[in-house]
Amino acid sequence: MTTNYVRLEFPSKPENVAFARTAVSAFVSQLDPTVPELADISTAISEATTNIVVHAYPESEGLVRISATLIGQRVKIEVWDNGCGIFDPRSIRHFGTTTCNQDRMGIGLSLIEACMDHLEIETKEGEGTQLTMWKCLGQQRSDSGND
Amino acid sequence: MGIEIWRQGSWLVGELTGDLDIASVPVVRVRLERSLAKQEVDGLILDLSGVNFLDSSGLGFILGRYHQLAEDGGKTIITGIQGQVKRVFELSGLTELISRKESLPEALQAIREEK
Repeated sequence: MTTNYVRLEFPSKPENVAFARTAVSAFVSQLDPTVPELADISTAISEATTNIVVHAYPESEGLVRISATLIGQRVKIEVWDNGCGIFDPRSIRHFGTTTCNQDRMGIGLSLIEACMDHLEIETKEGEGTQLTMWKCLGQQRSDSGND
Repeated sequence: MGIEIWRQGSWLVGELTGDLDIASVPVVRVRLERSLAKQEVDGLILDLSGVNFLDSSGLGFILGRYHQLAEDGGKTIITGIQGQVKRVFELSGLTELISRKESLPEALQAIREEK
């Protein structure tokens, strides 16, 4: 089975969010995903890195690490931070369940879940968070081909 | 990311272009809030036909303006959502809350007919 991977590391600056989603999408493009699949991956990376900028390091900048691995027609994406961690991950996995202030909706993780096939969250207060997400590519193309 | 703001009768129109995310939202928010503070309006049309990408930061910006207008009885209409922008809007449920028209000309026609 063909595998390939890329690793990214950058400070949690708002202007690096666009870089992260563009870089991961460009890397994943070698699997020839459909346009909606690529858009979903861009959305998921944007939400994951925005969460780090806003919530993991609320008072200062910290390190963001992203790993994208291609395994056959699947992509596995891991996003790490060494920030404050998530107090209660269960409370943020549903649309509209977190507080909304300063124009923030609190739906980042819910959007990631909706855009990817699978999402795992490992977090420890004061130590950081790791998101691991999977998506199988080419599904939408083969689904429409079976119609 | 950019925003072109102009007035159509008693409405304000904001035509957005580029990506709407955590880096660009603060810039367009300041410009739009400055325009809204200067004048009384019956409503706001946000045309997103030039927006290539939008995430929850962009959604939050639009929801914030919707609430800001609604506080004074004003309306908000979004137009021109397509592709990734449309998908994120639909996943968030905001299309159930905020009025939507297919295009800016269609929205302008609707507010003319409302008079």
